[in-house]
Amino acid sequence: MIITNIESVPGMRIKAQCGLVSGSTVRAKNAIKDFGAGLKNFVGGELKSYTELLTEARNEAINRMIEQAKKLRANAVINVRFATSSITAGAAEVYAYGTAVEVEKIEG
Amino acid sequence: MFELIITVLFLALTYATGSIIEKNHFKKIKQREIKLIKKPVISYGAKNFKPKRPIKKVELVTGEVVIGGDYFKNFVANLKNFFGGRLTPFESIMDRGRREALLRMREKAKYASIIVNTKLETVLINNTYMKNTVPQCAIIAYGTAITYENKK
Repeated sequence: MIITNIESVPGMRIKAQCGLVSGSTVRAKNAIKDFGAGLKNFVGGELKSYTELLTEARNEAINRMIEQAKKLRANAVINVRFATSSITAGAAEVYAYGTAVEVEKIEG
Repeated sequence: MFELIITVLFLALTYATGSIIEKNHFKKIKQREIKLIKKPVISYGAKNFKPKRPIKKVELVTGEVVIGGDYFKNFVANLKNFFGGRLTPFESIMDRGRREALLRMREKAKYASIIVNTKLETVLINNTYMKNTVPQCAIIAYGTAITYENKK
């Protein structure tokens, strides 16, 4: 599966359009890590456990989007965007959406 | 009286830790930026990318970071908020976070020839408006990494 955030796949031609696909996930860390992050927040600097959480959430959102695209028999997702929002403290929502398309290589 | 002493102690401690962490972080960011200065090129908003050479691989690359302020910065910002104007303590936090996220994205795409259409997405994790808590900010940087085929 090819994923891009531009309006085409460079070097390939769009054959058919399959529609909008999206994937979202809401994740949280456990209370102990929340407490640790709270302490870290007091002294300043990067919150590593929350960065990990964000990476996991982003991976899961993309995977869900890919699953949906596979069901539509697409082989690429173009113009992908991420949207994030905060629901409660210590939880992260990541939403990924894009257009599923069928692409083929340009001959010659 | 006792509470006042504890508050002042906390402020002094967090001022020390916060400034040390920030200084080291900026130093590291500068070193890494210099290392990557000629590596993948970032261009903002190249919507329809027309390549002139054959392409080997097209991929989405991302870099994430969650960054927080500290107790002292929050205290200063709250004071400044009353009078208005620039909130310099928070400006430096956002600057650090964005640069770090961009660097992580570029380091993941070290092999790539070019990264096009880079976007930055920012969200406040905890709502801190009119509250005495320290803000935390999540930043995602993402773009399309394009690798050309090697010349034969």
